[in-house]
Amino acid sequence: MEWLNILIQGSLLGGIYALFAIGLSMSFGIMRLVNIAHGDFIVLSAYVALVVTQGTGLDPISSLIIVVPVMFVVGYAIQRGLLNHTLSGGLLPPLLVTFGISVIIQNGLLAGFGAYTQRLHEGAIETASVQIFGGISIGVYPLVVFAVAVFAIASLQLLFYRTGLGRAFRAVSDDADTAELMGIDNRKLYALALGIAMIFTAIAGVLFAIRTIFDPAAGPIRLILAFEAVIIGGLGNMWGTLIGGVVLGVAQAVGAALSPTWQILAGHIAFLVILIVRPSGLFPRTRD
Amino acid sequence: MEPERVERGTKASRTFTVVAAPALAALVALPWWGDAGWMRLIAEMAYYLALAQLWNLLAGYAGLVSVGQQAYVGLGGYALFYLTGAQNMNVYLALAIAGPFAGLIAIPVSFAVFRLRGAYFAVGTWVMSEVFALSASLIAVLGAGSGLSLTPAILRQISPDRGSRDAILYLMSLAISVVVCAIVYLLLRSRHGLALTAIRDSEPASASLGVNTFRTKFIIYVATAACTGLIGALIFLQKLRISPEAGFSINDWTVVVIFMVVIGGIGTIEGPFIGMLVYITLRELLADYGTIYLILMGMIAIAVMLKAPSGIWGWVVQRYDLQLFPVGRRLVLAPPTPPQTSER
Repeated sequence: MEWLNILIQGSLLGGIYALFAIGLSMSFGIMRLVNIAHGDFIVLSAYVALVVTQGTGLDPISSLIIVVPVMFVVGYAIQRGLLNHTLSGGLLPPLLVTFGISVIIQNGLLAGFGAYTQRLHEGAIETASVQIFGGISIGVYPLVVFAVAVFAIASLQLLFYRTGLGRAFRAVSDDADTAELMGIDNRKLYALALGIAMIFTAIAGVLFAIRTIFDPAAGPIRLILAFEAVIIGGLGNMWGTLIGGVVLGVAQAVGAALSPTWQILAGHIAFLVILIVRPSGLFPRTRD
Repeated sequence: MEPERVERGTKASRTFTVVAAPALAALVALPWWGDAGWMRLIAEMAYYLALAQLWNLLAGYAGLVSVGQQAYVGLGGYALFYLTGAQNMNVYLALAIAGPFAGLIAIPVSFAVFRLRGAYFAVGTWVMSEVFALSASLIAVLGAGSGLSLTPAILRQISPDRGSRDAILYLMSLAISVVVCAIVYLLLRSRHGLALTAIRDSEPASASLGVNTFRTKFIIYVATAACTGLIGALIFLQKLRISPEAGFSINDWTVVVIFMVVIGGIGTIEGPFIGMLVYITLRELLADYGTIYLILMGMIAIAVMLKAPSGIWGWVVQRYDLQLFPVGRRLVLAPPTPPQTSER
């Protein structure tokens, strides 16, 4: 029963990792962009929410009304102003530009807020739990986060496969040059894509900051977790990413059950094992 | 008329040799005319230059954009501290082992990370480094989370006297930097250098012309890991303390190095020199402003990448066709006609 408990808690933990991964997976799928600053955008969203909650008295989840549009604009502007100029030059330019953005965000937050750890407070929901069979109790909040992850991926699937915009995204992903010949403005579309990716990043950032303390240097490990979930699940497969998050969460829960200090390391080891056994992930869809 | 011939040296490279040789001699003599502050600064410049040359060889030539080189800095440092501390090994012997040890670890690591391509390779190397950092923080004999210190007895093995110890450490940093630069230069001038330059310019094309790109990349990866490990051991021999955060710091040992290479000019030997000088100068000027210099470095790196992707040295080459380290071959037509074609 104890192992069943670990499995359930780990799977729920995977929900937040899947949320971390959505933005990364989207920008890779559409623009072939690996955004090194992704983790820092998650943390930046948490700081924006911190400012909004302190400034307006809104609770963190309601603050998403402001945080989401702000991060959409940030994403749109960064793609339009910086990243669109790096698309033709191969692998290195986008990697290094996002590296630069990462360093700027981290040190900008450090200069603005100091190195103190922060947290967002949502109230009673944080500690509420429900009993299920066999005396296992699960937290309401992790359950909500997991449901949000499922809902987010389902709505992205709808966007990709049921709308004109989604068709354009898929066309650009398959063959950017031909898509342009067919009248798609790639640059605008890419900007829109990073903007939409940033909506999910903002949600992930706020939900994570309610659950965990954060500081300006908290971004890189979130990038790594998101990256691991994407690779485990298989590139370009959104539901795979959810499973990747769950695999990571379960591995961490098992590690933590052995010894609390083993939690993160166990996740990394699971990632490396899957990488060696199945290099393209469990359910690959796009080729890179 | 003399027939056309192939030349390697250029006027600029010969002039550079004439200027550089006495400058290097002056640096070697620094312990006899400079103070400890200068020795510290120049030792730091020396090992950063070596790290930058190695990263440039990896990313600029072999196309292996690693952001996990801090793994080998940390492994080299930990190897030195463990061997001298727990195993009572002589410090010079431990230094000699630290490099090959890091290279040895790089072999199984490459099996995992070489499965990833492009930017995913980059993040994969980073995960590996995190694994080493977390492992070091769990192993009791490595001091777990708080790390290890060098005892005074170990330092006395180098020299009982503080002044001459500083001088020896300084000269070792300078020597490793010169040796790494020389290895990179000679490697690029050799047959393998031609293969590397071909991989830099187009990996599929070089493979189709018979370059074994996998083997070349594998050898470069392991060799740079070994050199990085030795440099790491030397860095922490001077710092006297190592911890998982310091040893495997991505900011100190990789981000800064990447900025140097990119700003100076990736894919050239001269670039890392210039980038290192720009970085150290900016840091010394802006040291009082804390985080500002890192923000500024980030902005400069972005600006360089967008406006002049070949860096400061790439711009110089384009404009003045200078070569301080002649690694290419130039076809010289019958004199006195000036060189007409050149290959970088």
